[in-house]
Amino acid sequence: MHEQSIVAALLSMALEDAKKDNAQRIIGIKLVVGELTGVEKDAVNFYFGFLAKGTIAEGAALEFKYIKPQLRCRDCDIIFPRDSLKFNCPRCNKKAVEMVGGRELFIESMEIL
Amino acid sequence: MNIRTVSVKKDILSANSKKAEENRAILEKHHCLMINIMSSPGSGKTSLITSAINRFKDAYGIAVIEGDIASSIDADRISELNVQALQINTGGGCHLDANMVEKALDDLDLDNLDLVFVENVGNLVCTADFDLGAHKNAVILSIPEGDDKPYKYPVIFMEADVVLINKMDVLPYFDFDLVAFPEIMAGLNPSVVILPVSAKSGEGLEEWFLWIEQILNQ
Repeated sequence: MHEQSIVAALLSMALEDAKKDNAQRIIGIKLVVGELTGVEKDAVNFYFGFLAKGTIAEGAALEFKYIKPQLRCRDCDIIFPRDSLKFNCPRCNKKAVEMVGGRELFIESMEIL
Repeated sequence: MNIRTVSVKKDILSANSKKAEENRAILEKHHCLMINIMSSPGSGKTSLITSAINRFKDAYGIAVIEGDIASSIDADRISELNVQALQINTGGGCHLDANMVEKALDDLDLDNLDLVFVENVGNLVCTADFDLGAHKNAVILSIPEGDDKPYKYPVIFMEADVVLINKMDVLPYFDFDLVAFPEIMAGLNPSVVILPVSAKSGEGLEEWFLWIEQILNQ
């Protein structure tokens, strides 16, 4: 259910920005979503459908760019995508990793009329 | 009129983060510490909170903000201890957010409080993404859940200041690896404090109380 509050937040942000740009309609919204947020595309579309009703964003197409989790080995200082469930560094095989990507959740851009 | 593309580049959770900062400022103005307790359902959030209330209620002013999808069972358990418990029903929502906590803080007598526990909704996924304005995050992982949970839910374990491994009394019956777990955590979150406890037997609870007392005295 956490998509509901996320959609509410993204909609109010999009409407606020659109107003600043004197938009009459929002045609599309491009979202960047880190996989670690667990934000599901279908659930976002579902909530957006009824939360946007009656606003200038009604009917806007949502585009999703998903970002894979990225890990940084604290020892080797290399950044690698998380391929398996575990965290082991491909170079030293240790688990001393920092999560450096995958938590993104932002509006990249909008198409407005 | 033509279609234009405008760059936005704004964090969707930024409104929540801003509200969380405001909550923290309100608490600090009243010299009040807030601890956000997160775990799966049934890991022992309420039990570990009540243990701390029993230990500290004579010395400190304590209140609890109870997040729950629908019921008030947990808030009722806290109220029995003569400590103020505010129930937030999220109406199906799987986490608390900073706005909900702000409203709860409004209803608390912060001048007479030193410590506020937030019992978040039982969930290891999205609770971690919503800053509430707490000063510390305590995550509880119970023995039956298994030591591999940071692999599956890394974010909540990255956000933890302390991880309580609860239900140590049932350790002989499960495969929880007490060596592997701190190793995984040491990589992911090097500054985290790990405390093996049992809310039932009382094992390790003194360490939990000591951790709370240390941050109260900071």
